[in-house]
Amino acid sequence: MVSRRLLLAIMLLGMCQMGSAQSPTYGVGRTPTAEEIRAWDISISPTGKELPTGHGTAKEGATLYTQKGCAGCHGRSGSGSAAPTLIKSDGTMKSSMPCLSPCVNDNNVMALHSPFATVMWDYISRGMPIGKEGTLTPNEVYALTAFLLYKNNVIKEDEVLDEHSLPNIKMPNRDGFSLPAEEWKHGAPRLSGYP
Amino acid sequence: MDEKRSRRGFLRNGAALATGLTVGAVRPAEAQTAAAEPHAKDIKELIAYGDRSRFVTAIRVPVSERMSPDMFGLTFHVLTPLQDSVGIITPSSLFYTATHRGAFVPDIDPSEHRLMIHGMVDRPLTFTMDELKRLPYITRVFFVECAGNRAQARHKTVQETHGLTSCAEWVGVPLSLLLKEAGVQNGASWIVAEGAEEVKGGSSLPIAKAMDDCLVAYAMNGEPLRPQQGFPLRLIVPGFEGIHQIKYLRRIKLVDRYYMTYDDYGHINADPKAAALALQIGPKSVITYPSAGQQLSGPGFYEISGLAWSGGGAIRKVEVSTDGGQHWQDAELRSPAYRMAHTRFGAHWKWDGKECVLMSRCTDELGTVQPTRAEVGKFWNDPPDRPRVRGNDNTVQPWKVMSDGSVLNGLA
Repeated sequence: MVSRRLLLAIMLLGMCQMGSAQSPTYGVGRTPTAEEIRAWDISISPTGKELPTGHGTAKEGATLYTQKGCAGCHGRSGSGSAAPTLIKSDGTMKSSMPCLSPCVNDNNVMALHSPFATVMWDYISRGMPIGKEGTLTPNEVYALTAFLLYKNNVIKEDEVLDEHSLPNIKMPNRDGFSLPAEEWKHGAPRLSGYP
Repeated sequence: MDEKRSRRGFLRNGAALATGLTVGAVRPAEAQTAAAEPHAKDIKELIAYGDRSRFVTAIRVPVSERMSPDMFGLTFHVLTPLQDSVGIITPSSLFYTATHRGAFVPDIDPSEHRLMIHGMVDRPLTFTMDELKRLPYITRVFFVECAGNRAQARHKTVQETHGLTSCAEWVGVPLSLLLKEAGVQNGASWIVAEGAEEVKGGSSLPIAKAMDDCLVAYAMNGEPLRPQQGFPLRLIVPGFEGIHQIKYLRRIKLVDRYYMTYDDYGHINADPKAAALALQIGPKSVITYPSAGQQLSGPGFYEISGLAWSGGGAIRKVEVSTDGGQHWQDAELRSPAYRMAHTRFGAHWKWDGKECVLMSRCTDELGTVQPTRAEVGKFWNDPPDRPRVRGNDNTVQPWKVMSDGSVLNGLA
């Protein structure tokens, strides 16, 4: 009994010293469980490392596009309706909303403009369908992403999207994206030489 | 009880007396004091939560291209009436509103709200609102400006050209304190901050900024945040574009690379130079009086008034021109010049009644001077007649004063 208590004391002492440089100052707040973190962590990196296991094809996505009500707001053809354009049209169909933030029109259609397909997966997963966000299963999100990418001529109709293939899709605008030329620094102008 | 009753009686009699005087207009010649004004009647404005006078009419308006709320009931961009602004604080009711891609304003019970910090940290942490309020806090005045705050030739007022900027006093816990409490791991180079609204709008920020001066704010202008401004918790990223100031802040993840969220996706630039202009806002100023849509009553003295701000820090100098930029005179700062805050300036002006162009330009603590569109166009080698401003538009705004005293947008 005594020896166990002693051991505990030594262990605690050791932990305190180990963490002294990084230990919390206030000790306010609590440690979330792994499950709590998993439930909230919906960020998807461009590498796709957080993508859940699953798969889907454009054909499955076409059915879901109607079934889940996407067509109701985005239009059966994916353009020219009240909600943002999803499928690039021949240019004659204009969305009734001139511009969203970000602008989702013409070449700004997400499937064409986003440098990474992970952004599409992430957004459908977190933000759609309106009023029922977060209800789509991973398979459904893979299928809807595949459908929109196929309709915008980015992938083939029979291509299976899953957690491995999705991050590797070469998006049309992959080279249209750069990180800032200069890293942000406290007390520095945004861009040297800029007026 | 008795005392109260007698007080009321006294007031009633007093009011009756005042009314009698007004209605009867029987005034002795020696009583030259003005008649008492009628009382404001609504009990709400007298007691519970004060309203402004019914004679004060400044209001926000939606950006003209898209109605807010739209057919889905979503609000998009709503503009602050800068033409009516005084001082540097924007009243919370008039603070501009922009939502992540048009979102509903969530109705969040603060007792249920949590902030989670996780990812590349030694100790993931979850805070309740009460826990956050137990921590050391600071009070700061910061502006928030939308990257879409771009003056166009078709805009008719300063509300339309510049109304997507506002300034408030914020209270909250420094983000750096919370991140240190969680223990930032080596290699964490960006954070992703995310809200609790239905689209869970998110934004990526460099860790250097996150550890610098960001604020996890729970109050603005002396009361809890307004729902349209992120109640109960908002990330304030001083001097950065509005889209980074995450409302309904629920989650911060520390990561090892730039995570492109849907909202970051709006900032896609092929040119790394243009991308560098998409975080911090440059020095910017605008004259709010006289400004387009206002009317001067005739030649004579006027006090030019305006606002200056910069994402680079405090405003050091503001200059005003009354001849379209040929000559500049120093304006006076008429408020404290806080870092990353609206700063009020003023300048004397005697109008001779002739057509002229008014402009202002500011210099921030980094020595950066607010540019003209022509100067920006030259930097990018744009055709001289079509300069294009990348990133946030901080160029000089001209107002054209006509000989009849009307004021027009000088870009038109």
